[in-house]
Amino acid sequence: MTGAACALYASRAGLDVIIVDRGPVAGGTTGAGEGNLLVSDKEPGPELDLALLSNHLWAELAQELGAAIEYEAKGGVVVATSPGSLIALERFAVEQRAAGVVAELVAGDALYGLEPHLAPGLPGAVHYPQDSQVMPALAAAHLVRASGARLFTGRTVTDVLRRADGTVRGVRTDNGDIHTPAVVNAAGTWGADLAALAGTHLPVLPRRGFVLVTEPLPRMVHHKVYAADYVADVASDSAALQTSPVVEGTAAGPILIGASRERVGFDRSFSMPALRALAAGATRLFPFLADVRAIRSYAGFRPYMPDHLPAIGADPRVPGLFHACGHEGAGIGLATGTGHLIAQTLTAKTPDLDLHPFRPDRFPDRSPEETT
Amino acid sequence: MSSPLDLAQAHPRPAFTVTLDGREIEALPGQTVAAALWAAGVTSWRTTRAMGRPRGVFCGIGVCFDCLVTVNDRPGQRACLVPVQPGDAIRTQEGTGHDD
Amino acid sequence: MTDRPHLAVIGAGPAGLAATVAAAAHGVRVTLLDSAAQAGGQFYRRPAAELRAHRPQALHHDWRTWERLRDGLDTHVKAGTARHLTDHHIWFVERHPGRFTVHALLGPEQEDPVAVHADAVLLATGGYEKVLPFPGWTLPGVVTAGGAQAMLKGTLAVSGRIAVVAGTGPLLLPVATGLAAAGVEVAALVESADPKAFVRRTLALAAQPGKLAEGARYAAQLARHRVRTLARHTVVEGHGTERLEAVTVAALDGAGHIRPGTGRRIPCDTLAVGHGMLPHTDLAETLGCRLDAMDVHVDDEQRTDVSGVWAAGETTGIGGSALALAEGHIAGRSAAARLRGRAPDPREWAAAARTRTRLREFAAALDSVYAPPAHWTEQVTDDTVVCRCEEVTAGAVREAVAELGAGDVRTAKLLTRAGMGWCQGRMCAPAVAGLAGCELTPSRRPFARPVPLGVLAHEHTHPTERGSS
Repeated sequence: MTGAACALYASRAGLDVIIVDRGPVAGGTTGAGEGNLLVSDKEPGPELDLALLSNHLWAELAQELGAAIEYEAKGGVVVATSPGSLIALERFAVEQRAAGVVAELVAGDALYGLEPHLAPGLPGAVHYPQDSQVMPALAAAHLVRASGARLFTGRTVTDVLRRADGTVRGVRTDNGDIHTPAVVNAAGTWGADLAALAGTHLPVLPRRGFVLVTEPLPRMVHHKVYAADYVADVASDSAALQTSPVVEGTAAGPILIGASRERVGFDRSFSMPALRALAAGATRLFPFLADVRAIRSYAGFRPYMPDHLPAIGADPRVPGLFHACGHEGAGIGLATGTGHLIAQTLTAKTPDLDLHPFRPDRFPDRSPEETT
Repeated sequence: MSSPLDLAQAHPRPAFTVTLDGREIEALPGQTVAAALWAAGVTSWRTTRAMGRPRGVFCGIGVCFDCLVTVNDRPGQRACLVPVQPGDAIRTQEGTGHDD
Repeated sequence: MTDRPHLAVIGAGPAGLAATVAAAAHGVRVTLLDSAAQAGGQFYRRPAAELRAHRPQALHHDWRTWERLRDGLDTHVKAGTARHLTDHHIWFVERHPGRFTVHALLGPEQEDPVAVHADAVLLATGGYEKVLPFPGWTLPGVVTAGGAQAMLKGTLAVSGRIAVVAGTGPLLLPVATGLAAAGVEVAALVESADPKAFVRRTLALAAQPGKLAEGARYAAQLARHRVRTLARHTVVEGHGTERLEAVTVAALDGAGHIRPGTGRRIPCDTLAVGHGMLPHTDLAETLGCRLDAMDVHVDDEQRTDVSGVWAAGETTGIGGSALALAEGHIAGRSAAARLRGRAPDPREWAAAARTRTRLREFAAALDSVYAPPAHWTEQVTDDTVVCRCEEVTAGAVREAVAELGAGDVRTAKLLTRAGMGWCQGRMCAPAVAGLAGCELTPSRRPFARPVPLGVLAHEHTHPTERGSS
């Protein structure tokens, strides 16, 4: 997704773009995502600024591609499960409002007006009308097509070609060399490998997540609904399994249930504890789901960075190399802003956001957890 | 004219009554919902979500989910697997089966 | 008997039954789990007991083999060395260090869970039919060939009065003769392959006198019921609005294209159609077993590459009931020996191993002859629904391939929803692969069956049935 967005904005900035992927379009984490375009789960700071920019760009793209990419400005509802958590939630929302987020407190009956099938007795929630969704694989495919970029799928980058002075001059693939003055690393969870091919270091690690998909239903869940503890899980550094229910209906019918997070490397095997916890959390929020059948589940690997911020921009250690990866679970949402900022950087324009917090060389050369 | 029941020399107990969308039809003990509907000359009992097209048995062994039907207010039952019981209220399933 | 090691056999068809009998006879306790109300699988599917059929064998051949299997199972059940859990729909097999938990949903409703613990599992999950699409294939009255047979064998039901049996493969013969014997007028048996080509494969056939006799018997039955066979023909369209009213069939040329001007319309209310079989591999795939193309990979002892997991029958490659019996026997013997801490002696199953070799060669020969028309996608119009669940058309798949870069089944699924519905692509994956011009590869289906979220949520508190270790 991030690569597709980089291609689109770079191409619209007048550059000639080639996309290389060892798999198919959307074959990595994009194809395993839910397509969240969220501001609700982000605290004020550089990631929220990027989310707000991205949100605006997605809405713009939706003007031309909306139906094809299943863009839906459905809004998010973050539910407090106790009076205490409602106070914390409201405090969080006050800070977000100051940063430009629309966040409306909904209490009591109003909550059930938004989501009639929620469990009874919940104290309240915060409604985030800016939260939206796209179908990630379609979004990636249509952005690639709209970019007009040349697309080479099933082609693996085996080396990053550099001149004697160290500047990038292209990539070597298993099917020939491609010569370009700039290479953008949009390899997502595998971004560390590509960085290594260029002789540099980027600490991207996989953080596994499962999604449960139900049988098709009429629209029973109208927003993206999640419990307040989701925000804490997203921001956590723990490797252990964490789940917080994230439930959303889709236009196609099925309800999607996330979100588990655990750092277990690239282990795809089915995890009963993770799926059990997802199902338990979802049925607590929406009791009607207990009788609804799950028909499928899939795993994906979020590109996790130690400080939860992506790497965006030029890598000063390798002239000509740019990074656009490490968005953890927010890659679809942050793709447009990332692509826009990369295009500005590639064309030597002043980026709309300060890229300093996202600079790729902000990490020590080896982080302690990678050596374990 | 032979029939499958004749061929296997089947002598089930007397037929009982079930309803399909309120209409009474006869069913034999041991039949599945799908078999009872076929015997009553009915070959479709579901309409699809998007195009509203009629569907009935396809794979006959519970794999394809084309024969989904609502039995006694439980939607999404596979007619080819569920045995028919006296008094069953079988309803044509429209869309997801959860629409009303 | 509880001191015996415990083997869970999943699937009570020929492979699972043979495995159960072999293992129970050699010192292990076997739990045989199956989704049906009676043992037999698809091949030995019998009328429900309440139908009180006095001659179920009229719908079968090789009934004596069934009686032998049934008696073997009964003997071990009575002795307490085996038990048979019917109406158990397995949705997941969980692997723990040195043991397994088999997760099932009970009864046709599939709402209540049960968990069975075992020291090892033997997957005999069988197969299901592959059907390639054509305009009109979603009309009521169009059923899979195996589906027509299952409805006939299991419930003594037929969907109409006049049937066409079509597609390709050895299954079409018993389906046509079975329907005819049950009083259905079989207007035509339409086979896209040329069975004469099969006879030319003398090498494989010479070793199979039984198969020759079987073929001759079917030919005689077809003649008796005056069923005309149209070899090197294919169904190009099913007609009707609310249900099937007729089919158009046409002749194929040597390259597998339709011969222009050969189309003819055959009135019928039933079309039983199939293009071969595919193995059920969901449980094996989720356990991490290696698959070769679509089949579970096994060694000479029928062991998968996951310790403690055996596989036998169609799940390891489509080959028919006799092959399934041989494989099941070997798997059961191997599992029994290994569970008791011994290396098995393959000489103990030498006869079964010879049968297995012979029948695998035979299956490969069948496979090379009974292939769908090479250019079947030419008949699939853009408005033909390919994914029956999500109603994705061939045109949408073609657009995803041509415009959006989908070159494989998974990407086509992501971009069109083909394969995301109730059946999880079991019906449409071969068609999507054909339209995308790629190889059919196994899908990941962590849930072998749909499972209620309430069941999943309370998975750790499920009743563990009595007596399991």
